[in-house]
Amino acid sequence: MIPDPTGKRWHDMGGDLAGPVPGDDHDFALWEKRVDALVILSGLKGVFTVDGLRRVLEDMGEDAFETMTYYERWVASLNQNMLEQGVYTVAELGARIEAVQARGTTYGEATDAGA
Amino acid sequence: MQVLEPGTPVRVKCMRPPGHVRTPAYLRGKSGAVERVLGPFSNPEQLAYGHAADPLPLYRVRFRLGDVWPDAETPEDTLDAEIYAHWLEPL
Amino acid sequence: MPHDHHDHDGLSPSGHPYRADQDTGLSYWQAMEIAVRELMVEKGIVTEAEVAAQIDAMDARSPAQGAAVVARAWVDPAFRDRLLADGSAASAEMGFDVGPMRLIAVENTEDVHNVVVCTLCSCYPRNLLGLPPDWYKSRAYRSRTVREPRKVLREFGLELPEATTVRVHDSTADMRYIVVPARPAGTEGMDEAALAALVTRDSMIGVGVAKAP
Repeated sequence: MIPDPTGKRWHDMGGDLAGPVPGDDHDFALWEKRVDALVILSGLKGVFTVDGLRRVLEDMGEDAFETMTYYERWVASLNQNMLEQGVYTVAELGARIEAVQARGTTYGEATDAGA
Repeated sequence: MQVLEPGTPVRVKCMRPPGHVRTPAYLRGKSGAVERVLGPFSNPEQLAYGHAADPLPLYRVRFRLGDVWPDAETPEDTLDAEIYAHWLEPL
Repeated sequence: MPHDHHDHDGLSPSGHPYRADQDTGLSYWQAMEIAVRELMVEKGIVTEAEVAAQIDAMDARSPAQGAAVVARAWVDPAFRDRLLADGSAASAEMGFDVGPMRLIAVENTEDVHNVVVCTLCSCYPRNLLGLPPDWYKSRAYRSRTVREPRKVLREFGLELPEATTVRVHDSTADMRYIVVPARPAGTEGMDEAALAALVTRDSMIGVGVAKAP
């Protein structure tokens, strides 16, 4: 797809027409806070910067913005940056996700079993 | 790179690279004035791809809303944004 | 805080702390979080203790911190000047750990009303105020605030006089912004703690004003 002639990409929302500002708000779940913490710690330790996080979020495209929650997009971007930085391999990731999913059917079971 | 003084009239360049940038599309080609000088800060266009980054002056540029949106309801309201030096040309 | 990770409703059958948000089906993205975190720990990037400490640090940040800064600026003109000159240093002076965040404080007056948005993502002064509300990250707020700010403010119940200049701040790069709302009338003689209770989160984003006493 040829880029928009104005240079505007989907995340670059300033000036778009959109409906009323939604009033909803929610507290964050533990897994979301952990994603946030891992991203911040990665930055503080110099593994990758928030710019790398944003680059991957932007490249994920508008569909991801509409269909995934905020921290779902963040964990996907965190993982992509970890792979790019060589922190772990795709094979290690694949094996670990499979192992995590085999531990139980709830987040609590899957995260506790790894502790 | 020349550092622009506060008050300097500037225009945001109309570059359209399909990569990670922090200059919003709605401000490209628009004119305003330097509100204050910040930085230097590392170029996010390099950081985003995991590269060592050059330090750049960062400017807060103030625009009249009427200069950004021709149909602005209240043109004398203002909009401030941070723009890195390589995106600005003095007028 | 219903989701504070120290709170739990009891113990799971396996004897581990039980939380409502952990009792729903394990989603793909939750499994990825666990996998990524465990691999990052095993590779020596982070420790579980650091992750827990970072969560504690974020949980400790809240709009109350920003409200304390604003109330101090209302009662102490020298502090107000330092806050407007360097928001991070002034916040740190009050004992708040703002980390590497570079904070600019902008002041509302009779003539000027400031409002903050991030059109490119959702930059927010999180190291002072905690995590942003969901609406701040919404498409509608991010899109419209730079184009029709007064209409957006009206949706928040804020109608500004025509003579007031609205200054929109799009946090596009390295700075974060906090609005110092105007001190409400009738608050002469109130102490700092009582004044801080009038300062809402929304007034520090600029979509509201401080509460009347």
